[in-house]
Amino acid sequence: MRWLLFLVLTCPILRAETPVRSAPARSSSKTNPFNDDEVARRAGAKLFSRECAPCHGAKAEGIGKAPPLRQPEVYQAAPGVLFWVLKNGSIFHGMPSFAHLPEAQRWEIITFLRALNARKPEN
Amino acid sequence: MRNRLWIAAACLILPSARAGEGPFFITYTHQMEEPGNLEMSVKNVTGKPAGGSRFWGAATELEYGVKAWWTSELYLDGQTTADENTVFTGYRWENRFRVLPREHWINPVLYFEFENINGADKTLLEVVNHDGEDDLSEPTADARQEKKREIEAKLILSSYFKGWTLAENFIAEKNVRHEPYEFGYAVGLSRPLVLAAKPERCNFCPENFQLGVEAYGGLGTHANLGFAETSHYLAPTICWTLANGTEFRVSPTYGLTGTSAGFLLRFGVSYEIAQFRRAAQKLFRDGGRP
Repeated sequence: MRWLLFLVLTCPILRAETPVRSAPARSSSKTNPFNDDEVARRAGAKLFSRECAPCHGAKAEGIGKAPPLRQPEVYQAAPGVLFWVLKNGSIFHGMPSFAHLPEAQRWEIITFLRALNARKPEN
Repeated sequence: MRNRLWIAAACLILPSARAGEGPFFITYTHQMEEPGNLEMSVKNVTGKPAGGSRFWGAATELEYGVKAWWTSELYLDGQTTADENTVFTGYRWENRFRVLPREHWINPVLYFEFENINGADKTLLEVVNHDGEDDLSEPTADARQEKKREIEAKLILSSYFKGWTLAENFIAEKNVRHEPYEFGYAVGLSRPLVLAAKPERCNFCPENFQLGVEAYGGLGTHANLGFAETSHYLAPTICWTLANGTEFRVSPTYGLTGTSAGFLLRFGVSYEIAQFRRAAQKLFRDGGRP
């Protein structure tokens, strides 16, 4: 019975948290080595169009179950949290892991995402 | 007919994604196909076994991301041998399941495959048991009489570390009718030329090139486990990805033991259609109208 309770409380399949909320607290301490770097932002835009846009939309507006990425939850999240989300994905909720991308490329995507949200936040 | 034209047109205009197998031909990593994406690829191998004729084996692969944790693939195999026939040698259906929801320093994936091929198959997608050069020199007409209905399981372990990819595969294969359990292995190591991407959309950016090396071979059967009279190969690989996501791979492969084929050349091309499922649903729901 204890095991069943443990599974219910911990099994990520059964938990309906967003990927950003499921990131551990320690992930927020990581800093973006490309913060506000224009070249990295442009590289991130290229990577975003290839890796993220097919699901989240070319303007990050969200398509179907893939949520919009121009939203408070994203622009309020620490870069380290977004890095954690890209690395781990949320595979039982449809988002694959992007750990196969080198760390530098994941940071470039995050640099682009932060800039995107800084320009035109929805709220 | 109209639907077929729509599908052909859709394949040309659908957004592409970067085909994601990296430089490996034999070794699997824990990278799964993105859900809804369809990757089409052709894996070729050519060689000239001692005492046999030059052959060309080709496997056409359709890989689909069913879920983020489940990837399914269909292979259609064929081969042609100089001065002999060109034959379809069978099909394989494989499924890969990611076990853990998070990234760890080592990541397991379970792989199950059913293959219905004949003895003339020369795609060499894995090496198990005492597979060797002799199998490649047998005349096609004789070899294709042998039916191979086999179930194969793999434990895929892989890790990413500072841009490096390290993968280890342990293979167990069993003919559904008879014959013992057969074992094999594959290991691979790869890295892109540079880790950060350039801002320009380019074909020749260094981040578009990945270098790697694979080693694979047979490990005998459950009754005769070990390296005795087994084949082993070492293969440097290079992968080049175009800006539109098309991926080319080449791997000169060297046999390391007396029972291995001396030299094989592998080459392949992959193209991935991003969100194929969504496009197909749209196509059949409203005829592709915007």
